[in-house]
Amino acid sequence: MSIYRLILNRIASALLTLLLVSLVIFIISDLLPGDAAQEMLGQSATPEQVAALRHDLGLDRPAYVRFGDWVGGIVSGDPGTSMVANMPVAEVIADRLPNTLRLAALTAAFTVPLSLLIGISAAMNRGGRLDRVLSISTLAMVAMPEFLVATLGVLIFSVKLRLLPSITMVTADQPWGEFLRSYTLPVLSLSVVVIAQMSRMTRAAVIDQLNQPYVEMAVLKGVGPVAIVRRHVLPNAIGPIINAMALSLSYLLGGAIIVETIFNYPGLASLMVNAVTSRDTPLLQACAMIFCSAYLLLLLAADIIAILANPRLHNK
Amino acid sequence: MIRSLPLSGKIGLATVIFWLLTAMFGPLLAPHPVGEFVDMDVFSGISSTFPLGTDYLGRDVFSRLLYGARYTVGLAAAAAMLASITGIGLALTAAVGSRVLDELLSRFMDTMISIPSKILALVLVAAFGSSIPLLLVICAFTYVPGSYRIARSLAVNLAQMDYVQVAKTQGEGRWHIGLREILPNMIHPMLADFGLRFVFIVLLLSGLSFLGLGVQPPEADFGSLVRENISGLAEGAPAIIVPAIAIATLTIGVNLLIDAMRGKR
Repeated sequence: MSIYRLILNRIASALLTLLLVSLVIFIISDLLPGDAAQEMLGQSATPEQVAALRHDLGLDRPAYVRFGDWVGGIVSGDPGTSMVANMPVAEVIADRLPNTLRLAALTAAFTVPLSLLIGISAAMNRGGRLDRVLSISTLAMVAMPEFLVATLGVLIFSVKLRLLPSITMVTADQPWGEFLRSYTLPVLSLSVVVIAQMSRMTRAAVIDQLNQPYVEMAVLKGVGPVAIVRRHVLPNAIGPIINAMALSLSYLLGGAIIVETIFNYPGLASLMVNAVTSRDTPLLQACAMIFCSAYLLLLLAADIIAILANPRLHNK
Repeated sequence: MIRSLPLSGKIGLATVIFWLLTAMFGPLLAPHPVGEFVDMDVFSGISSTFPLGTDYLGRDVFSRLLYGARYTVGLAAAAAMLASITGIGLALTAAVGSRVLDELLSRFMDTMISIPSKILALVLVAAFGSSIPLLLVICAFTYVPGSYRIARSLAVNLAQMDYVQVAKTQGEGRWHIGLREILPNMIHPMLADFGLRFVFIVLLLSGLSFLGLGVQPPEADFGSLVRENISGLAEGAPAIIVPAIAIATLTIGVNLLIDAMRGKR
């Protein structure tokens, strides 16, 4: 199979999964007890009024028609109207999405180089003291809840040292210093688990390659340890490493929910939590779909990079 | 067996036993009833009367923590158990059942696994609400796909083993093969998986409670304790730090234990 066929297949299967995911989300949120019409009119509404509003909202149509409409709306960028804000969902989200993307991008920029460094140096010293220390500490950090990192961070840096703010302000024309100060704690809270996960998986991928016969050959030939990793191991481990990164970064999606709430950060995840508490179904569905698409997109990108980086697939 | 565990494993085991005992007997040791206002001051620090300070309403944090352990540990253990048993059951059905059934189940689980667990849990809570039994089912449901995926790959491999083929040619029924031949050989790896699911569910559950969507007041698990005392964060009250540390020791302890047991085999 040519490399392009392989990539096209992978994209098609991701799209199919996304369609199925949207079906699941639609079915679950369609099970909401009571419907929007009843909710909007309140207890005193007559059955006729409710029926009329249901008809206006299109709730009396069969479920598959509504599903088709909804998916069509999402694809064309109009996922309906937020019931609570009384605004198009697209506008509500457009307000928040850049904030979450900025938080995620900063976290990725901080965690990826650091985890690569930790993972590779642990692998090169495997069995040694450095490796053991790193292994146990990353193992402990993997299960660390964001609450703890966030609260300890605030306690140390905001309460005791008074260096950083405990609430993240987002304003348009923040000077650089201010910007860094307000993002340090949220990024740090998100990073702990991501770094731990990513460096553990990187270490495993590198060690896997270090055990291959070709590395032994290179050692016998007299190549130094750094050159072995750089010239021989990394090109071969790039697929698994990229995969590890995608999986760890996808963790950001869930972690953001807690961190955005603790730091009062106006992002998409806190918007979704509000949508749950206020039972704003269209908004909730749209947020869920964004998170699921982001997740699938990360995995897809990792797979495609792994395919492209694998020279054995190029020659076929 | 305990002696052969590395130090990190022993620490993990001790932490796990500590929290299990706390969940079982904690309420008996609590110095104050769970909802009683015992201090005129709120967010007071550590003192001899209140070993872990008081919370935002002047209630004893130590007592509330002892009661909270029951929800966090108990609910998560029950949900992890439910998720593992359902996952293993479905995986065995897929491994011994018809190809169409296997294909359908696996496709469905692949879809479910593509929804990040916290997102799925949020959508489920929005749809069904969050009473204690519902939380249990929601947490279990969220982690069935992961458990299914691992159990199925184990079961499918085992189904190809010679001894299973022999049992088949002997004319044993599907259920006999699934339950008597395949299942016993899956138990060990699935126990490690159960431990991991427990950690995930503790984090998910306390995350939901922290967002105000999990265990509802007046009841409180560790996550709700962090939430209700969040206003004490600025003054660094023990009321918010202690439950956060409690969650961390529980999840880290289980993780260390699983890792040590894995390394041993």
